[in-house]
Amino acid sequence: MSTLTDPRKESFSVSMLIYDTRYRSTTIQIFVLVLVLMVVFWLIRNTAQNLSDLGKPIEFGFLLEPSSYDINQRLLDYSSRDTHLRASLLGLLNTFVVAFLGCITALILGVLIGVARLSKNWLVARIMTVYVEMFRNVPVLLWIVLAMAIMIESLPTPKAFRGENATASMYFSDSVAITNRGIYIPEPLFSNSLGNLSFLGDSSVRFDISLDLMLIIAVLIAGFWTSSRINSWASKTQNETGIRPTVWYWRLSVVLLPLLVVLYYTGFHLGYPALKGFNFQGGTYLRNSLIALWLALSLYTAAFIAENVRAGILAISKGQSEAAASLGLRPGPTMNLVILPQALRVIIPPLISQFLNLTKNSSLAIAVGYMDITGTLGGITLNQTGRELEAILMMMLIYLSVSLTISALMNWYNNSVKLVER
Amino acid sequence: MKTSFVLGALTVAGLAAGAAAAGTLDDVKARGTLNCGVSTGLVGFAAPNASGEWEGFDVGLCRAVAAAVLGDSNAVEFIPTTGKTRFTALASGEVDLLARNTTWTFSRDVDLKFEFTGVNYYDGQGFMVPTELGVSSAKELDGATVCIQTGTTTELNLADFFRSNNMNYEPVPIETNAEAQQQYLAGACDVYTTDASGLAATRATFENPGAHVVLPEIISKEPLGPLVRHGDNNWGDIVRWTLNALITAEELGVTSANMAEMASGTNNPEINRLLGTEGTLGEMLGLDAEWAQRALAVGGNYGELFEANIGASTPIGLARGLNAQWKNGGLLYSPPFR
Amino acid sequence: MSDTSFVRQEMLSEQPAPASSVGFLGWIKNNLFSTWFNSILTVIALGFVWYILAGVLPWTFLSVWNAGSLSECREIARQVWGESHGHACWAVINDRWIQLLFGFYPSHLYWRPILAFVLLGFALAPVLFPQSSRKLLILSGLYPFILPWLMWGGSIWSPIMALIGFVMGYLAIKNLSERIGQLGAIFSSIFAAFLWWLLIGPVFVDLLSANIPIALESVASRDFGGFVLALLIGIVAIVCSLPIGIILALGRQSDLIIVKAFSVAFIEFIRGVPLITLLFVASLLLNLFLPPGTEFDIILRVMIMVTLFSSAYMAEVIRGGLAALPKGQYEGADSLGLDYWQAQRLIIMPQALKVSIPGIVSTFIGLFKDTTLVSIIGLMDPLGLSQGIRANAEWNGIYWELFAFIALLFFVVCFSMSRYSMYLERKLQTDHR
Repeated sequence: MSTLTDPRKESFSVSMLIYDTRYRSTTIQIFVLVLVLMVVFWLIRNTAQNLSDLGKPIEFGFLLEPSSYDINQRLLDYSSRDTHLRASLLGLLNTFVVAFLGCITALILGVLIGVARLSKNWLVARIMTVYVEMFRNVPVLLWIVLAMAIMIESLPTPKAFRGENATASMYFSDSVAITNRGIYIPEPLFSNSLGNLSFLGDSSVRFDISLDLMLIIAVLIAGFWTSSRINSWASKTQNETGIRPTVWYWRLSVVLLPLLVVLYYTGFHLGYPALKGFNFQGGTYLRNSLIALWLALSLYTAAFIAENVRAGILAISKGQSEAAASLGLRPGPTMNLVILPQALRVIIPPLISQFLNLTKNSSLAIAVGYMDITGTLGGITLNQTGRELEAILMMMLIYLSVSLTISALMNWYNNSVKLVER
Repeated sequence: MKTSFVLGALTVAGLAAGAAAAGTLDDVKARGTLNCGVSTGLVGFAAPNASGEWEGFDVGLCRAVAAAVLGDSNAVEFIPTTGKTRFTALASGEVDLLARNTTWTFSRDVDLKFEFTGVNYYDGQGFMVPTELGVSSAKELDGATVCIQTGTTTELNLADFFRSNNMNYEPVPIETNAEAQQQYLAGACDVYTTDASGLAATRATFENPGAHVVLPEIISKEPLGPLVRHGDNNWGDIVRWTLNALITAEELGVTSANMAEMASGTNNPEINRLLGTEGTLGEMLGLDAEWAQRALAVGGNYGELFEANIGASTPIGLARGLNAQWKNGGLLYSPPFR
Repeated sequence: MSDTSFVRQEMLSEQPAPASSVGFLGWIKNNLFSTWFNSILTVIALGFVWYILAGVLPWTFLSVWNAGSLSECREIARQVWGESHGHACWAVINDRWIQLLFGFYPSHLYWRPILAFVLLGFALAPVLFPQSSRKLLILSGLYPFILPWLMWGGSIWSPIMALIGFVMGYLAIKNLSERIGQLGAIFSSIFAAFLWWLLIGPVFVDLLSANIPIALESVASRDFGGFVLALLIGIVAIVCSLPIGIILALGRQSDLIIVKAFSVAFIEFIRGVPLITLLFVASLLLNLFLPPGTEFDIILRVMIMVTLFSSAYMAEVIRGGLAALPKGQYEGADSLGLDYWQAQRLIIMPQALKVSIPGIVSTFIGLFKDTTLVSIIGLMDPLGLSQGIRANAEWNGIYWELFAFIALLFFVVCFSMSRYSMYLERKLQTDHR
């Protein structure tokens, strides 16, 4: 005999949309939605109007026209007769190269410097502090320009290697040349090469895959897999018999022997750079723009990472290591099992954003003439075709998807190392 | 005209809520200043001096137009533009006139919808190499590292030149002349290529100019000129004829020194028409009769501008060459003032 | 068994510590040579420091201060030090430092940017140093209107009318919220403010400027340049992005799905693209998005894009501040019967903002450093000016001196701000314990 029944059915009135908390949130949301849509529509209408006034309707046909310019660092084959699309693709790959190299170097440097800042050696700690403050407080663009200037001013020109009384010489028995145009290192060559596998025929996004490289990777994977099988067999034997069979030479040989065989049959050898004409020829050429950008970005970002690392280590209270010691853990396991997992939890999230920053800052490549995506699609292509809207929108979308991908990957990694909080 | 009003602290001193006026000339007059797009810094052509005033050959043209239209050669806002931003700045109406060493090409004229109003400097792309390389022709540059200034037609010409001669090269694209010059001097490139005028200007400022040589090959035609937006013919005429007035004045021997005297009337009817003492040429342009006198009073005629900014007496020391009057074997040939 | 062979009867007198562990020597031993590894590190570090200083110091101090051009500089250096290279030519800084600081700002008006930045110090004092006088808060409130007036000049009535617009909005909220409820009041206050700014205000401005002309000489924003431009872009962007950032942060925390989605999309988009692409938008595209014929000059466009850029970062900083508040604060506000805006205004935001100040300062440092990017799109910030200076026949070929000077300027400003931020962080930490 409950007297409480359903609430009385009110007749709906317009004012309820604002005053009734049940409807209010919907009202606000619809209002915001309409507002945003109106703004977007307004922007699009303006753009359409302006573009038609200029006589430049949006179209991406320019991407398939010949680019007519050359790119110095090419990870794929390219000539000035290829399309703007291919030039952009090459630029994107160059962005990836410098971002990848930069992130790794910045991480290593950052960790070393972060630890060194906490060093008991007063001088080392001070130098690292000066380093961190110097790099953090001066714009990265300035560092990039300075790194380039230092490279080209302080290193010898290829000319200096020439002639009887050369003032510069190559390193490592004539295999590495460090010049102000960049660094030449030996390149791997295969005299009985298996050739390349070409994909996507003649299109702008065609690419080749070296079968030699694929074979080496396959052999290495197989080797490591076998090696890990041997290891688990050894552990199993140890569990059963109490004696661990000596297997390290087996494990080593299943990795190395097949690799050596493959290298032998493909005729692996190194191609050394040699001074010929104006420049060194042969070998792998790391351009000065790449090195300057790479150095500046990683030194700059390393200063920030060092601070994160330092904060991460300091965030773990001394009690943690003392507790670990009282449990009888040695310093190594203390670091691996107690300090690091906790420090990582603090370090990784800011690390992700530092990596993202580095990737985005690589767009400043334009200052030293490194042909990344900003230099190709957002640079020469944009200048030559006059398609600002299309080029910039494409560039933004590309950067956005790269950033989102990196942060998704790193967040996934972060979640996998995160301590489960209770 | 426009009620400019400050919209809070957020959009200060801008938001001029005005409709696009019909003519650029009216806009300029109403505004009281000429917005002139120039380079961010190119020796001899446009650069700010210590007191922040812009100087140079291109700057001189801007000032002449401002004097002709507004009567004041200082009523110019110089808007530095990069190779990338220059066309947008002009298309969007941010600048009324672009005088920034811009090469007159088909696609810029037709596809990008601009109007080149003449040529104020005939140029061509050349190469500069250190003398010690022993190179005497651009055909010997196979395998060289070449510094290029980007954002121009330079990289396209270069790619075509090396491709058609079946040579390899290593392009080093650089945004600004200053950086390119530094790389070249440090030996990070063997060759520096840009317009021949730029090469000469750059070479002139080197510590040791004799150690560098400009190769004889000119691989492109680079007619550099001022440009305006398509579709405003009256404004285009004003810029075109201001430039022509400067050129004609040199041809007729009118200089800033003798102009006052000539303005009182001469026996040469064309000078009289040019200086507005005869005929109604100024009115046809929508200006007054003395427009050309004012334009000439700023920096003198074409020849004087040339000499003062980039000529043989300056550190840049360019010879007139193609830019001499047609009577002296050059290409400067202004249509008659009639 | 009392004949213990030895019991000490008196304390030994205190011995001085060994000379190697006290004083200067002891400090050196403990801090530099405590282990063999440390000793090696010290030696390497000393060598490194020596190497750097030996290169930099002679260049910096054996230098030419007075010369009219680079070639003159080289000539003087040759006369004084002979044919050795490596002498700085600070004469370029001597010649152009005013330009590097002020750009093309009219020289008789230099007092205005200087006054603006001095006032900024006072306006920030109540925010940055809580012990300073509360009366300065009035200045902080007025500063957003003083700054543009000082920098751009023009009639004093424009900023005053702009201020009155805000007052109108505030009055609308205050008086109407009783009658038509909070939400309605907010909308009508926004409406009132815009009505004032767009329709009524301009009329008053014209009227008042015609009759009571109090005005500063106008300075077009394209005359701004040098370090003033960098500072101005930074300050305008950070001040304008604060309210936008708060709204975005609240939007991102909100339960309203659509609002949240828009906020997240905006923040992630801006944070996902490099600033340089946004600057390209400012220089190449922004005019396309606006109605035909709208004219903004490039500096204003850059300020708009940089504001959008920093508001996304600001939103994340403030979100961090919101997240740092204990849940009890929200529940406490609810239990007092405060509605959403009251709770935000009285309880949440004051605490969250206070916690976020260090983050805001470091956002500002980052933003300030990023203003150098505007040189890429042709604005005359210090880096852009350095290109212009090198394009002069006198200074063509000069390089390190300009960069060193610019780096020093940035370092001084950024370093002092980061020190301040660290001081603040330490203080906030103790507050919370």
